[in-house]
Amino acid sequence: MMATPLNLKELSKQEELFAPGHRMCAGCGAPIVVKMVMMAAQHPVVVANATGCLEVSTCIAENTSWKAPWIHTAFENAAATLAGAETMYRSLRKQGKLEGDIKFIAFGGDGGTADIGLQSLSGAMERGHDMTYICYDNGAYMNTGIQRSSATPFGADTTTCPVGSQNPGKLQHRKDLTRIMAAHGIPYVAQASPSHWQDLMTKVRKALDIKGPKFINIIAPCNRGWRTEMDDAIKLSRLAVETCYWPLFEIENGVTRITTMPREKKPLTDFMKPQGRFKHLFQPGNEWMLAAAQEHVDACWERLQKEQASPIRHRG
Amino acid sequence: MTKMVAATGNEAIANAMRLAKVDVCSAYPITPATEIMQRFTSFAANGKVQTEVLLAESEHSAMSGCIGASAAGGRVATATSSQGLALMWEMLLVASGQRLPIVMAVCNRALAAPTNIGCDHSDSMGTRDCGWIQLYSETGQEAFDNMLMAFRIAENMDIRMPVMVCQDGFITSHSIANVQWVEENAAATFVGDYRQSNPLLDLKRPVSYGQLALSDLYMEYRKAHDHTMSLVPQVVREVAAEFKEISGRSYDLFESYRLDDAEIGIVVMSSAAGTTKDIIDRYRDKGIKAGLLKPRLYRPFPYEDVAQALKHLKALAVLDRADSFGASFGPLFLDIAGALSACNERPIMINKIFGLGGRDYMPEQGEHVLDELIQIAKGAPVKAAKEYIGVRG
Repeated sequence: MMATPLNLKELSKQEELFAPGHRMCAGCGAPIVVKMVMMAAQHPVVVANATGCLEVSTCIAENTSWKAPWIHTAFENAAATLAGAETMYRSLRKQGKLEGDIKFIAFGGDGGTADIGLQSLSGAMERGHDMTYICYDNGAYMNTGIQRSSATPFGADTTTCPVGSQNPGKLQHRKDLTRIMAAHGIPYVAQASPSHWQDLMTKVRKALDIKGPKFINIIAPCNRGWRTEMDDAIKLSRLAVETCYWPLFEIENGVTRITTMPREKKPLTDFMKPQGRFKHLFQPGNEWMLAAAQEHVDACWERLQKEQASPIRHRG
Repeated sequence: MTKMVAATGNEAIANAMRLAKVDVCSAYPITPATEIMQRFTSFAANGKVQTEVLLAESEHSAMSGCIGASAAGGRVATATSSQGLALMWEMLLVASGQRLPIVMAVCNRALAAPTNIGCDHSDSMGTRDCGWIQLYSETGQEAFDNMLMAFRIAENMDIRMPVMVCQDGFITSHSIANVQWVEENAAATFVGDYRQSNPLLDLKRPVSYGQLALSDLYMEYRKAHDHTMSLVPQVVREVAAEFKEISGRSYDLFESYRLDDAEIGIVVMSSAAGTTKDIIDRYRDKGIKAGLLKPRLYRPFPYEDVAQALKHLKALAVLDRADSFGASFGPLFLDIAGALSACNERPIMINKIFGLGGRDYMPEQGEHVLDELIQIAKGAPVKAAKEYIGVRG
């Protein structure tokens, strides 16, 4: 089967496996990400979904947005659930009870992936299941009302690290989930953004074509939680890339490649300023926090470039 | 009919899983169930089964893997104990709520704290409201038989519910006793091929598992679940009748032992029933009309049949190998009392909590219970409705 070329004209002719009519918020980044991922897939796919906004809004009572087989079981175990389905697939294929090629995709938010689901994801990756795990990272527990997660950026105001007279927002930096997954030594790890949709879809296709466990971390702006304009999702995800808050890169067999080099690295405040969750950081007295946030992004970006410059292949 | 062999209860379970030709086994090691997985992975490593084994990083993921595999469409089994079962708790309700016919062997073991690896029934009793079918086994032989029958019960197209097959940790899981296997072909024919219902891997008819159901629908799902459970006892009996044809061994919803003409009786589950039967024989020899009821199908609990079997007694003791802290009585007692509540005539009932955390159940304990029942039957007042026995102080 010829893959559909990654241009809008051809892609628009493809059947959508993620149907409209779901109940995600207007302007949410997550369904845009999911639509891109599902459109990128050129094989039959089976999908598992961790509990979260996406799950709770796309399969309600007798209605589903999923035209591909889909399963949700709980919050912390999308990887383990999908691993079970993939294991059954291998068993039935081995026994000659099933034919055809199926790819397995899991979706989880940052809470379901970096926090409560990290163990089950780590286990599934270590065991080598042939599956692609997609984290859509909106930087907090948005489904339950914008609570802090380990992926919440430094300084952000959330409903559980609320800005108050004694607290200037989240005081810890984000857990670097993409690097944690890379440390598993799996064949493919990537970071993507819906602002760069061709890059995103190319990475999904690449991941699905590689056998074994793959992980892609995709930024997904949440206008409710980030306190931004409703139509800012793509603009903000682009700013995340251009400020190097969310660099686009892939690590294939241990070799790091930055897939989009920003023409000019913008200051982090360009990304933060439009977001209400960072509003307090622009008040007098919090300059140190803006500086600390910038310093952290700079250090991570420098490290990433060094890693690209000195590749160490870990698997053939 | 095959010859008698010496085997542990765990070996019996592993052998039943082999004979059932399980497609996927997803599990995590825990004492005292670990031997089941060791033996089964050895079957896989030596080509004796076609099963794909998923060695998860926790029991939560082991059960999640079972759910994913079962939804995918195939036969699935696992095994656990104690803390492992407790960690699975969340997923047990998902397995039954999604109507997935997973079969799980449980080696009953106490729960922490304090940490303890000995037998009691706290683990599976803590999951009795998770919507699973529960079968309890007195011996390794019963564990083997129940395990084979469990696939038929779980996969019955009217049922499609997960089944837990419980046996006493160490007491039977690790004891070597006589077991008679079922011949391979007979077992294969009996268990049969797995019939799929809405498999996730059917690309022609994509299905969604695990939807959100709010107040407009949730209660209807629960009622449907309860209705399905009401169909289980009949299926358990039908499967037992077929199993008798290939094994010669008879099973019912529970075992009645010298109960028909009894005046006093004991209800006790699993291995302690064996000890108690010996005691009852000795009391019968002395002319005392004592009997025993050993529940086998505990969930769904066959209330009406149990009540019919016990209502004629004058005095009855229920021996619980688990407690429900702060409730007046142990869980088994509450079920038996509930069963008898609709009867006009019913025995005076007492509840004993015994054998927690691997504490041995000794014949003298059963004798003391029967002596107390004799006095109650004669009109003596009940000294304590619920009491710990075999305990210091």
